Amino acid sequence: MKPEVILHSFGYLTQAAGTTVAVSFAGIAFGFVIGALVCVARVSPRPWLRRLGAAYVSVFRGVPLLVQLLFVYYFLAKYGLDVPAIVAAVGALALSSAAYQAEILRGALNAVPRGQGEVATALGFSGLDIWRRVLLPQALRISTPPLINEFILLIKASSLVSVVGIAELTRVSMNIATQTYRPLEAYVGGGLFYLAINLCLAGLGAVAERRLAGAGGR
Amino acid sequence: MSLDQFWHYAPSLLSGFGVTILCWAVGSTLGLILGFAIALLRRLEIPPLNGLLRAFIELFRGTPFLVQLFLIYAGGPSIGLRLSATAAGILGLGLYASAYFAEIFRAGFAAVPAGQIEAAASVGMTPFHTMLRVTLPGALIAAVPAIVNMLIILTKETVVLSIITVPELMYQVQTMAAETFTAFDAIFAMAVFYWLLIEAVSRLGSQVETRVTAFLAHEARA
Repeated sequence: MKPEVILHSFGYLTQAAGTTVAVSFAGIAFGFVIGALVCVARVSPRPWLRRLGAAYVSVFRGVPLLVQLLFVYYFLAKYGLDVPAIVAAVGALALSSAAYQAEILRGALNAVPRGQGEVATALGFSGLDIWRRVLLPQALRISTPPLINEFILLIKASSLVSVVGIAELTRVSMNIATQTYRPLEAYVGGGLFYLAINLCLAGLGAVAERRLAGAGGR
Repeated sequence: MSLDQFWHYAPSLLSGFGVTILCWAVGSTLGLILGFAIALLRRLEIPPLNGLLRAFIELFRGTPFLVQLFLIYAGGPSIGLRLSATAAGILGLGLYASAYFAEIFRAGFAAVPAGQIEAAASVGMTPFHTMLRVTLPGALIAAVPAIVNMLIILTKETVVLSIITVPELMYQVQTMAAETFTAFDAIFAMAVFYWLLIEAVSRLGSQVETRVTAFLAHEARA
């Protein structure tokens, strides 16, 4: 074991860690938008919308992420959409994460007491206002800790986008391994970066949880 | 892709599915045994060992499975660990799973009310008997849903083994796709297949869950 290999490639790994965080963050952000729509479909009064939402969650949680990623990648290629691989990577992460985020949001919505929506209706709030002013703020607060947890899972899952050639942490670790003939050091280095990112996020999650527990008492 | 072509690849697809099942079964079993051992050792609360076990769990839960696989398969030879792709894949799956199972079993043990263990001691049961008749059944009942859930997640994780060239189903499909220039069709079929597989495994899982829970509850009373 030669730790200096890790030190020599520290710059590359830091840059790659930035890419990993950026790709995952884009995935979680787009995933949140899609996930929110899926969640709204799942709690909709229309049965066909509910079924559509449930089907989405079932498919995107059931199919392994690597299969989804290659599917999106080849889908774009088959229909002649000449977009960079990063679009397929972020797209697949977002589609997959949306299914999990939809379930997190649905759980949070269920945790908002039913009476509050009814009270808002009785007070003459419009449907949109009930969502905007009563349900969403509370659901978001409840779902912050699980959403941060989902972000940690997505950081780890983003290692798979190395397969389509994105120069993120795993890919760069691979490159370092082949250039230095020191795979052990390269992957330990990459792993430590993942660990550091996730420990930061876990810390952030703990802070959020404490803050929100305090704010929930009103 | 024509049907003729498909039949040509059918044996390799079938063998790939066999490897998938093998990796899943052996890897999960390894993970369950190792995870249970870790959870038991952590109950002894030996200070330096406890820290090491916690570090092991954090390491394997905090890094991507793919990086762990590369570390074992490519990095292993540097420390004298020379494994075939399949062996490295199974070992990787087992170690990865063991970290999660260790936490699942720990939560299971924590769910057994302390009063039950005290009651067992007060009616004169030996610590071993208490473990076997009271703590263990209680802990397992609490842990079964999470164990079943983890086993389903592991079914999906086996796909990642294709990246380190384990000849499992995904690897065979990609080989077929490359040789017949039918990447999209092959991946589409693969997605449908895995979706059906996971749906079936989930249904089966909830049935197994009910059965095992009923069995354990009966054992605990007997």
